[in-house]
Amino acid sequence: MAETGIGAAVRRKEDYRFLTGRGRYTDDISRPGQVYAYFLRSPHAHATLNGINTDAARNSPGVVAIYTGGDPEADGVGGLICGWVITDKSGEKAKVPPRPLLARDTVHYVGDHVAVVIAETLAQAKDAAELIEVDYEELAACIGTAKALDPDAPLVHAEAPGNLCFDWEVGDEAATDAAFAKAHHVTKLSLVNNRLIPNAIEPRAAIGEYDPGSDSFTLYVTSQNPHVARIIISAFHNVAPEHKLRVVAPDIGGAFGSKLPVYAEEVVCVWASKKVGRPVKWTADRSESFLADVHGRDHVTEAELALEENGKFLGLRAHTIANMGAYLSTIATGTPTWLHGLLFAGQYTTPAIYVNVKGVFTHTSPVDLYRGAGRPEATFVVERLVEIAAREMGIDPVEIRRRNLIPPDAFPYQTPVVVTYDSGDYAAVLDKALEMADYAGFEARQQQAERRGKLRGIGLSNYIEACGIAPSKVAGAIGFALGLWESAQVRFNPTGNVTVFTGSHSQGQGHETAFAQIVSDRLGVPIENVEIVHGDTDRVLFGMGTYGSRSLAVGGSAIVKAMDKVIAKGKKIAAHTLESSEGDVEFEAGTFKIAGTDKSVSIADVAFAAYVPHNYPLEKLEPGLDENAFYDPGNFTFPAGCHICEVEVDPETGVVDIVNWVAVDDFGKVINPMIVEGQVHGGVTQGVGQALLEGCVHDQDTGQLLTGSYMDYTMPRADDVPSFKVGFIETPCPHNPLGVKGCGEAGAIAAPAALINAITDAIGVDHLDMPATPEKVWRAIQQAGTAPAA
Amino acid sequence: MNMTGEYRIAAPRQAVWDALNDPDILKRCIPGCEEFVKTSDTTYEATVTTRIGPVKTRFTGAVTLTDIDPPNSYRMNGEGKGGAAGFARGGAKVTLTEDGEGTLLSYEVEAKVGGKLAQLGGRIIDPAAKKLANEFFGRFTEILGAVEAPAPVPVAEEAAEKRVLGLSPLVWAAGAVIILALGLLFYFN
Repeated sequence: MAETGIGAAVRRKEDYRFLTGRGRYTDDISRPGQVYAYFLRSPHAHATLNGINTDAARNSPGVVAIYTGGDPEADGVGGLICGWVITDKSGEKAKVPPRPLLARDTVHYVGDHVAVVIAETLAQAKDAAELIEVDYEELAACIGTAKALDPDAPLVHAEAPGNLCFDWEVGDEAATDAAFAKAHHVTKLSLVNNRLIPNAIEPRAAIGEYDPGSDSFTLYVTSQNPHVARIIISAFHNVAPEHKLRVVAPDIGGAFGSKLPVYAEEVVCVWASKKVGRPVKWTADRSESFLADVHGRDHVTEAELALEENGKFLGLRAHTIANMGAYLSTIATGTPTWLHGLLFAGQYTTPAIYVNVKGVFTHTSPVDLYRGAGRPEATFVVERLVEIAAREMGIDPVEIRRRNLIPPDAFPYQTPVVVTYDSGDYAAVLDKALEMADYAGFEARQQQAERRGKLRGIGLSNYIEACGIAPSKVAGAIGFALGLWESAQVRFNPTGNVTVFTGSHSQGQGHETAFAQIVSDRLGVPIENVEIVHGDTDRVLFGMGTYGSRSLAVGGSAIVKAMDKVIAKGKKIAAHTLESSEGDVEFEAGTFKIAGTDKSVSIADVAFAAYVPHNYPLEKLEPGLDENAFYDPGNFTFPAGCHICEVEVDPETGVVDIVNWVAVDDFGKVINPMIVEGQVHGGVTQGVGQALLEGCVHDQDTGQLLTGSYMDYTMPRADDVPSFKVGFIETPCPHNPLGVKGCGEAGAIAAPAALINAITDAIGVDHLDMPATPEKVWRAIQQAGTAPAA
Repeated sequence: MNMTGEYRIAAPRQAVWDALNDPDILKRCIPGCEEFVKTSDTTYEATVTTRIGPVKTRFTGAVTLTDIDPPNSYRMNGEGKGGAAGFARGGAKVTLTEDGEGTLLSYEVEAKVGGKLAQLGGRIIDPAAKKLANEFFGRFTEILGAVEAPAPVPVAEEAAEKRVLGLSPLVWAAGAVIILALGLLFYFN
């Protein structure tokens, strides 16, 4: 059992099909008689729609239907919603402008949906779209996060005067001001957290299908949370009632948050399938994905750290403008506020913190969650401030951190920004990371690099995140429209194998393996006899989805609860079979035993008895061995860690070479170290992408997306990252049955600060905005005059 | 996007100006040009078939001439709409200056592209437009070299009409940006 149980590096069960091309993604599905949807998108960032002439397009070969703004509404199908509307500091709700599925009188960003053409083939749909004449009256566009609040900025929505969506705060402003007033030193930093485009390898896709026989709909879709999509599409879009709508999300080729929102294309496909009487399929092409997937990050921040003479942190203050884009995506207002502001304590005992975030509308693609969602932005601010403060005060960056770490005996630790950290040992994490990185030997390596004409630098990032979101009560209190529990169903089949239905859908993380390990470990059945089912609202009980590193902590805990019920019922059956009292039955390694005797029965035999109840206590026990559970977490989990990055910069070219990367993470109990390491590798690589390569750029006048293809938007490649050194410290989460904390986002949260700290250390500047492209680095070197003499 | 360039043409300035105003010459010089139609004294529409790689596409672009100062300079503005593909809008100033025996033709093009065109980005459109412009001037110089002495100046009205009829290479440098950009859309769709 040990080699497949909890803690074993079991090879991923799903990889066979992924690696041999047998994965089944939404675009792999074709339904009989399906037609193809193509969305005509706005080429303008802001324009009035004076008219749309579809006459010629309707007569184009193969065209089945063309719909424009107003058509969904005529059928009572509403616009897209924001499911997380926060209350701002004045007590007002964030402004939620209407967001029709197809633009009605105005287009608000390049890529906004103007019309949908449905035709026999995709090529015919595209050809017909060419013939649609749209009379646009171009208007001035509001572009640029920092400029959105300018009094003369073009207005995006009448509902949001001054382009202000919300003005939110957390923390004690007066106490923070007082801390700054008595500070020995104040470190100030202005920074931009660069906007990112998610770029999941599988583009979004949807197939809507209507069955007139049962008057019901099926939506096949690239969704991280099919049940949530079903609730939204039924309750808010009014396409079909929940019991008449099935949402199937098959294999998902990466999501990172971008497949959490419910998008117009999906709703249109399912709505239109009844109108045209045929299944309607849409698959984004890559160019479309750049415009039509929610973007991430995009903050402009002014931050300050107040310190005592000995380097102790007294207070931290941050003012951020967060770009919402042109409309509020599904959880848009929660991402830069609650998921961001609550993390400003970092791993430190900073006693006074104040965070203010203004959400602004601009004429750009909507911005929502992207791997880490608010938490990478917070860690970047804190860890950059700490680094600069250390340099300014002449204290070693490790030492200044150590002086401020929350000590291991302080947990549960109440931060000044609402949350209570449950567990951790930050000093142990730091020590292990320093040792693995040979921090002590850095100076020698630096001198050696200098002899080769290279600038070598080292940077740390002590990140923290709030994961396993979240207690439903907390979610409700902060404006989230739904609960945040997870469900599970554990079904023994009569022949002794187990089918587990989980509401945590996988986007490629390895749930089928990690969850099976938990089940195999707990129930004592071989791992190959455990099947994990997810992603289908007709098969799975219910689910709130996969995001915020919550699958294992919340979804896994629900599976444990369901297994506990299975075992409890099994004990009753075993007691009957073994002619003993229930209280004497013990369960261990797949066998029910009577304590102190050699009487035992396997769980497989108990399952058989449950379904073939010939010898069974039917008078007091239902047959079957199939249990449900819902698990609502008691708190967030708080994974934390220390990443140390070492770089060499070529002063002649500004090229940054990452020569070493150490990640020591505390994810609580690790179920499968191989999967967890893979998650760290992927997360760090995405963080390296943000810090070195990726940056979404719009034309500042016209709002055109200038980084709209891989020629201009650079994704990290294997040769951009080193071989990672990953270590773990396990302080179990005290409030979930597995002791797990979640690992999916950590790398992306930790990496940008570690890398920018290392680069700025190497080239001797305070700050560089991301991405630190060779040009930017080279210019900074020229300005700082830190290039070694030739 | 912005493009600037200069071509030295081995012909006197007046001859270059006249050739720039000779619809037949221009038609022969513009790669793939099928026709251009005068829609007012200063506006024209042209139909051009462009080949980019394996893709052959037909586009219509509209151009307006302003600030006409013979034989020195003029400005042109052009716009091409590509429906789902997006749009391209360009302005250009062309200037002729005497350069010894020959003429220096310089142009400044400023083009704005939107929608999918903008997504494709300058890295594709710039070199493609440059290539088209080079093709134009190559042919133009070739044809002009073959032209004998400039024809006598026609009567005033005719000259005026002829002058506005011409679409300068500038126009076509900018037009090329527009047209090429549209073509590329189809190629990369």
